[in-house]
Amino acid sequence: MRLRITFTKQGPLRYTGHLDLHKIWERAARRVGLPLAYSQGFHPHPQIQLAAALPLGFASRCEVVDLKLTENIPLEGLAARIQSAVPGGLGILSIETVEERAPALQTQVIAAEYEAELLETADKHDLPRRIETLLATDSLPRERRGKAYDLRPLIEALTLNAGRLWMRLTAREGATGRPEEVLDALGISLEDARIERTRLIFKTDS
Amino acid sequence: MTPLEIQAKLDRILLKVAKPGRYVGGELNITVKDWDAIPIRAALVFPDIYDIGVSNVGLKILYDQINQRPDALAERAYAPWHDMETLLRANGIPLYSLETFHPLADFDLIGFTLPYETLYTNTLNVLHLAGIPIRAVERHAGHPLVIAGGHAAMNPEPMSAFIDAFVIGEGEQIVHEIIETLKAWKQGKPETSQESREALLRELVRIPGLYIPRFYEVDYLDDGTVADVRPLIPEAPRVITKRMVPKLPPPPTRFIVPNIETVHNRASVEIMRGCTRGCRFCHAGMIVRPVRERPVEEVVAAAEEAIRNTGFEELALLSLSSSDYSNILELVTKIGEKFGGQHLTVSLPSLRIESVSIDLMERLKDRRSGGFTLAPEAATERMRRIINKFISDEQIIETTREIYRRGWVTIKLYFMIGHPSETLEDVRAIADLCKRVLAEGRKVIGYKARLNVGVSTFVPKPQTPFQWVSCDTVEQIRAKQNLLRDLLYRERNIKLTLTRPEDTFLEAFLSRGDRRLSEVIYTAWKNGAKFDAWSESYRYDVWLNAFREHGLDPEFYTHRQRRVDEIFPWDHISAAVKKTYLFQDYRQSLEGITRIDCRQHCFACGILPTFTQVRREHPGNYWKCPEVKTPVREKEVLAVGL
Repeated sequence: MRLRITFTKQGPLRYTGHLDLHKIWERAARRVGLPLAYSQGFHPHPQIQLAAALPLGFASRCEVVDLKLTENIPLEGLAARIQSAVPGGLGILSIETVEERAPALQTQVIAAEYEAELLETADKHDLPRRIETLLATDSLPRERRGKAYDLRPLIEALTLNAGRLWMRLTAREGATGRPEEVLDALGISLEDARIERTRLIFKTDS
Repeated sequence: MTPLEIQAKLDRILLKVAKPGRYVGGELNITVKDWDAIPIRAALVFPDIYDIGVSNVGLKILYDQINQRPDALAERAYAPWHDMETLLRANGIPLYSLETFHPLADFDLIGFTLPYETLYTNTLNVLHLAGIPIRAVERHAGHPLVIAGGHAAMNPEPMSAFIDAFVIGEGEQIVHEIIETLKAWKQGKPETSQESREALLRELVRIPGLYIPRFYEVDYLDDGTVADVRPLIPEAPRVITKRMVPKLPPPPTRFIVPNIETVHNRASVEIMRGCTRGCRFCHAGMIVRPVRERPVEEVVAAAEEAIRNTGFEELALLSLSSSDYSNILELVTKIGEKFGGQHLTVSLPSLRIESVSIDLMERLKDRRSGGFTLAPEAATERMRRIINKFISDEQIIETTREIYRRGWVTIKLYFMIGHPSETLEDVRAIADLCKRVLAEGRKVIGYKARLNVGVSTFVPKPQTPFQWVSCDTVEQIRAKQNLLRDLLYRERNIKLTLTRPEDTFLEAFLSRGDRRLSEVIYTAWKNGAKFDAWSESYRYDVWLNAFREHGLDPEFYTHRQRRVDEIFPWDHISAAVKKTYLFQDYRQSLEGITRIDCRQHCFACGILPTFTQVRREHPGNYWKCPEVKTPVREKEVLAVGL
């Protein structure tokens, strides 16, 4: 049986990274008594797949995890049981079952949407024009961890709405846009914004 | 600063530091109470980073004890790493608690655990980051009461200038007495004055097992040793005897589950407290007497509950000497049955060097992953007699051969250099023994046999039979370590790990110092010493300069054989083990006389006369001292100290 759980990641959990989130799910499964499946071999790993790594410090209302179980269990009441077994900041939104042989979750993500709340300290001067200029360019050459890349094609949409920036960024393997890079390109410092991932877009969505 | 202001400021800096998850709390199983509704608020501090401190069992016990009270709350704080400290200071953020983000200065009580001495400078740093005066005498009634406990508190003198009160011994009961006293004082609407704080301390000094250094004065002889430690007020006892919990209370099972990777990410159950082996170098073995065990059923039930509450993938059964737990085979069998096949690792530390230990490990492990750890401590039979950890060479060879034969590829052996009367021949023997062990392994499993050898350096600790002996100098240690390196560097499959000689030197003067060391610690901290437990941040020159500045010689504390009749700076602190007993044991060590397990024969260390009444009230087998059969006398005299 394969469970697909959609959940939020907020508050203190914003500072828990991708690998540690794996561990949180493994432990939650043990606390709830879920019959988690493990890989074969000398170092068996629990079969847990997270859809897309969320950068440290960002909140999310749309994270998705797949848990592979060794046997079928009833879904009735499961969400509440899991909710009581996870740390604060992790909120269960929905649980469904998926085809066991469905492709790996992380290969299915194509884009992600983010909302950035701009704090008082953020430089908002002339921001609409800065967005316009950014969107009008064909290429935004940037460097991240010593690697040159073009940010512009990764930005699918970018708007400003009531003091919040909304953006849709490509999230495919080898072509993942990062919201803090967009902020930086707009001249807004990361510490002046609260970023939340609001939606993950899967191949099946289109 | 309010919790909300602190949180708002944190949000702006947390992404600039490594592992920000250390600083935000929010873990599973924390207790968050209504701050305004609770009269007594305690902050429990492990003065090293979160990663090291969060799994500390002692603080977890106190956290539970305090939070079970309706009138008190306990929250946690740890030392921030260098990057975070810089940002906290730059942004004017005081050190805060992880549960509710209140500044530490807003608490009524701050409790530090000091399991080892290299946390001293960090303790000062935590107080400074909290904006609390570092010296105890500079604090007034508006400041939190600063308490410290833990094994290092068995010689509280080096930290005496900074701590208001030290808990000597076990904390489960005394913590409630402290809170009661604090609560009564606080209800009396104290003014924020020095006098009011003094009044609180004079109430606290009546609590048995609480040591308040300011109520004592130390006189010194011309040679710099202690002449006398005098109580300055009638309420202060001449000797402070440790607290001891006669029956271990139910162990904690709702462990805090970190949201980030930490050092000991696991659930644990303390199966036994104390040890009856009497190894003469062992601080814990001397100060944590008598041995008290938890019944098998209680341990198994607690283990199940702990795993259910936490989901941890590792369970540790804690004690000073697992093999000595009375029903260890039954316990291990049950634990193995309960948790086998569940992708759980069970660890069982401190096993004796005998084949039974291998049977025990086999019951716990589905796989032979990881190494099998044994601690012979010394490599010659002569030396093992001196330290009273006698095992024959043959026993070591046979046991290790059997470990390799049963499927383990790696064995870890722990030794110490610097034992009393050690010669270079004894050091050389470590290399020889290691080579023999590996050679046996090769006979059984060929060239995949591995041996990891950890060699640390012995520091003679207060309250042990070796408290009279000198610690090796840095030069002596270096010579011994170089010898080991020379003898073992050709051995590809032997991995040698050594501790830094400077670290030993630091540990030696911090653990053996007197009150004058407070000023040295203060100066060293002011000049940048902190995180002394981390080799990379240890500042040797800063410490030497601090000694020079205060006209003290570190070698007086480290490299000096003590006079037979010397009064030690810690003699007024009693672990309920008599100094005459320790001295007799020391003398016997010089003659190579060993003592057997004191479960089989009582050597009258002093525990029973000190706790006669307690023993009588708690008869039975879970406490491993002999029963007290003498009739109750008219007036029971509590024998203390010497």
